[in-house]
Amino acid sequence: GSKFKAFTFDDEDDELSQLKESKRAVNSLRDFVDDDDDDDLERVSWSGEPVGSISWSIKETAGNSGSTHEGREQLKSRNSFSSYAQLPKPTSTYSLSSFFRGRTRPGSFQSLSDALSDTPAKTYAPELGRPKGEYRDYSNDWSPSDTVRRLRKGKVCSLERFRSLQDKLQLLEEAVSMHDGNVITAVLIFLKRTLCKEVLFRELEVRQVALRHLIHFLKEIGDQKLLLDLFRFLDRTEELALSHYREHLNIQDPEKRKEFLKTCIGLPFSAEDSAHIQDHYTLLERQIIIEANDRHLESAGQTEIFRKHPRKASILNMPLVTTLFYSCFYHYTEAEGTFSSPINLKKTFKIPDKQYVLTALAARAKLRAWNDVDALFTTKNWLGYTKKRAPIGFHRVVEILHKNSAPVQILQEYVNLVEDVDTKLNLATKFKCHDVVIDTCRDLKDRQQLLAYRSKVDKGSAEEEKIDALLSSPVSSYSLPLQQSQETVHKVASCVCSQGLERIAVSRAM
Amino acid sequence: MAFPHRPDAPELPDFSMLKRLARDQLIYLLEQLPGKKDLFIEADLMSPLDRIANVSILKQHEVDKLYKVENKPALSSSEQLCFLVRPRIKNMRYIANLVNADKLAGRTRKYKVIFSPQKFYACEMVLEEEGIYGDVSCDEWAFSLLPLDVDLLSMELPEFFRDYFLEGDQRWINTVAQALHLLSTLYGSFPNCYGIGRCAKMSYELWRKLEEEEDGETKGRRPEIGHIFLLDRDMDFVTALCSQVVYEGLVDDTFRIKCGSVDFGPEVTSSDKSLKVLLNAEDKVFNEIRNEHFSNVFGFLSQKARNLQAQYDRRRGMDIKQMKNFVSQELKGLKQEHRLLSLHIGACESIMKKKTKQDFQELIKTEHALLEGFSIRESTSYIEEHIDRQVSPIESLRLMCLLSITENTDKAAGKITDAFSSLAKRSNFRAISKKLNLIPRVDGEYDLKVPRDMAYVFSGAYVPLSCRIIEQVLERRSWQGLDEVVRLLNCSEFAFTDMIKDDKASSESLRLILVVFLGGCTFSEISALRFLGREKGYRFIFLTTAVTNSARLMEAMSEVKA
Repeated sequence: GSKFKAFTFDDEDDELSQLKESKRAVNSLRDFVDDDDDDDLERVSWSGEPVGSISWSIKETAGNSGSTHEGREQLKSRNSFSSYAQLPKPTSTYSLSSFFRGRTRPGSFQSLSDALSDTPAKTYAPELGRPKGEYRDYSNDWSPSDTVRRLRKGKVCSLERFRSLQDKLQLLEEAVSMHDGNVITAVLIFLKRTLCKEVLFRELEVRQVALRHLIHFLKEIGDQKLLLDLFRFLDRTEELALSHYREHLNIQDPEKRKEFLKTCIGLPFSAEDSAHIQDHYTLLERQIIIEANDRHLESAGQTEIFRKHPRKASILNMPLVTTLFYSCFYHYTEAEGTFSSPINLKKTFKIPDKQYVLTALAARAKLRAWNDVDALFTTKNWLGYTKKRAPIGFHRVVEILHKNSAPVQILQEYVNLVEDVDTKLNLATKFKCHDVVIDTCRDLKDRQQLLAYRSKVDKGSAEEEKIDALLSSPVSSYSLPLQQSQETVHKVASCVCSQGLERIAVSRAM
Repeated sequence: MAFPHRPDAPELPDFSMLKRLARDQLIYLLEQLPGKKDLFIEADLMSPLDRIANVSILKQHEVDKLYKVENKPALSSSEQLCFLVRPRIKNMRYIANLVNADKLAGRTRKYKVIFSPQKFYACEMVLEEEGIYGDVSCDEWAFSLLPLDVDLLSMELPEFFRDYFLEGDQRWINTVAQALHLLSTLYGSFPNCYGIGRCAKMSYELWRKLEEEEDGETKGRRPEIGHIFLLDRDMDFVTALCSQVVYEGLVDDTFRIKCGSVDFGPEVTSSDKSLKVLLNAEDKVFNEIRNEHFSNVFGFLSQKARNLQAQYDRRRGMDIKQMKNFVSQELKGLKQEHRLLSLHIGACESIMKKKTKQDFQELIKTEHALLEGFSIRESTSYIEEHIDRQVSPIESLRLMCLLSITENTDKAAGKITDAFSSLAKRSNFRAISKKLNLIPRVDGEYDLKVPRDMAYVFSGAYVPLSCRIIEQVLERRSWQGLDEVVRLLNCSEFAFTDMIKDDKASSESLRLILVVFLGGCTFSEISALRFLGREKGYRFIFLTTAVTNSARLMEAMSEVKA
């Protein structure tokens, strides 16, 4: 199994005790520490967004550009650094003044000459003095390899003299053999301009590295038309289809997006993808109908569920499971015939049982509709007897209910349905379902475990009484071989994860 | 706690020179546009820029206002506009819109585009097509190595991963080669070179070509770093896909460390404001816990808290003179320690809270089962449920990728992870794992307080493949005896060794190793190698195209709007 035993992320209460203790210790010093000024803030390495930092300054500019006219006028002067000096003395030392302090403090910046005199850097940066943009070179007799080398150095270099196909291809091969993608693309831009696309495509088909560069280049500059032509030429039908489909991401209007998706349905996707595309279209179609309907209901203000739980966002373009959650939340009881009913969604999109139950459970638990939760797991057999069944396992049910802050009575009911005794005990302990823990111990006839648990319940509570009553009942019914009881004690101790408790439990078991 | 370095561990070279160099070059470029100017900065460049310069430096060189490059019309009224950008098509369109709007309004200004770390021909093509080529002047700011820490250099190019591994675009290889060239100019040539991966090989070849062209510059310099190891990210996706459990990795997974600093929200600072916190070796508290397994961090912090309390308590019995001494000499240090301590305690609490909510324990169990290759059925159904519960699409995808790659089957992941399985389709993870002993055999429990191997970064369940490869090659000083592993990695053509005879290399330099991760490395890998270094008396220096983690990896693969 996992070797990750030394530490768990499982328990909120007990593992953290050490951390809490450290925090208390540190906090107890806070009064003493905080009474001082912030003078040394700049020198601590984590002093917030340092004033004078570039990010800070840009936020200032950005924050100012959108304000009211009056504010803008006022702030405009703040915007330029030169006008800071005219501002009244700021109240906080941790703002503008520290900005100025930064200027006078030696070493906080260096002028160019300072920097150059005390670093050997200049000598190691031979290119510093020669901006590359100024290179011009129209010489006509560079060989392909010289040309490619010059291109790599960022020099402007005319490629016009490479006119025969053979020259062009030689140039391309030189570029590829040098590995610099920027140069490969430079040559491809030239080839794209000077070759008809059939010839270009044909030559690239046998030059995969260059081909990949062209595809990426076309994607980047957004030349969708040439890209699709290229895929068609290469007979990459699936990529062609996907590339077309991808365009829907750029369509905001839901109706238009829906219409666009419709055009994707017949494209040559793989069988699996075809089903996804069809589903995507159907889902958006449904969402448009549901959205229009619910927006109307919500604004009319007559429907209780929308009044009590106003929608936080539109359902348009949400994933399928989110849509299912939404429909379980707002349209749970609707008949199967309506588009917005959960059962209809389940059937249309062939949602598996597990996924359906998880989603419905989360939605109904959020509304605290415990009867619906109950119904979700109740099945009747042919004789009319009811039985509880959960395709996701009741341990999961319990966790989801807990996350939705279900009351202990409800949690308890489902913890009891967990079949595996260890898991049941674990969950009952974790979620403080005292009765379940106590009853399980009783059924296990485990006195030691009960003893150990006694420290977990409140003093003077009904639970404590119950434990005491059980403990004072005839000893014989609880006696177990010592070793076995020790094992169980360890089990409980580890599942409550408390070092203190472990000590108590073990010492009592001895 | 916090293992000290061995006394014989070599000193690290001083990388602050790289910052000065970048700053000087930027200043030079700004001076190329004399007079007042507004500076437009691309969002992704802001944090790196912050690490080497500040507003007063820019202001000194007549930068008036600062703007972010974003899709909004610019309100600048300056006569000169300077753009500091990554070489991206969308930036060119933004600049073109601005310049063309000026032209339409009959307005003339000066424009300068500074590309960092270099310009691309595709960008110039767009400027030409938009009719503004010549109206704007172009320059390059070769700022490609940012020292994030004493042993960590980042190129801050997260797009390297997608561009090379997904799109097959080799545009950044020259950038890598230039960066390596700069390092060898500053710190001497590397006597021993190793590498694995197609990109590693190409970068190495181009770098060598640069060295030959500019021969003479590095000659005569005593090598400071004895070894360089280049490694492609696609040699090992598994490690990068795992949940991290060493402190620094966990902080990255939970809060996202950006450019060496992290924004701790109110839930961590226990106040109403967020704090931007630099995380590096200068933070004494952080430095002692960063490489620790999370389970050790609590104990360490509470020990620290107790010590701190004791030190404060000393002041109770003091007379005035002693108190004066205490205040002037110790108080400041104690206060800083107090701040750091309460921050990291807050961070731990917040991590615990989040992880408990996410059923982290069960997730880790599943990951370990996948790594070890047992109870596949349970893992599969866990992942299925993960999807059903809509926990997080990125997380579900990550688990599917992990399943697909460890089980070597695309069937599990299916179409959804198409992009991913095309990257990793010939994974032989199980066989490699066996060959390299990646799953330690442990009798009893793995003691995370006293790690015995690099597996501690994954709770003793798994030795990171990337780090194991590096360890094995360094031990042999070659790929000899690793043929089978190399074959299983599908890299027979792309594993190389190159020894350059250099008698001047000191024994100290020969224990310094620069590891270059092409496509990103994780904090877990960094911690694992730091551990290895302590065991063997080496020190590792990390150069990565960007620091990555599983979420960033998955996000890089997802389809974005055009």
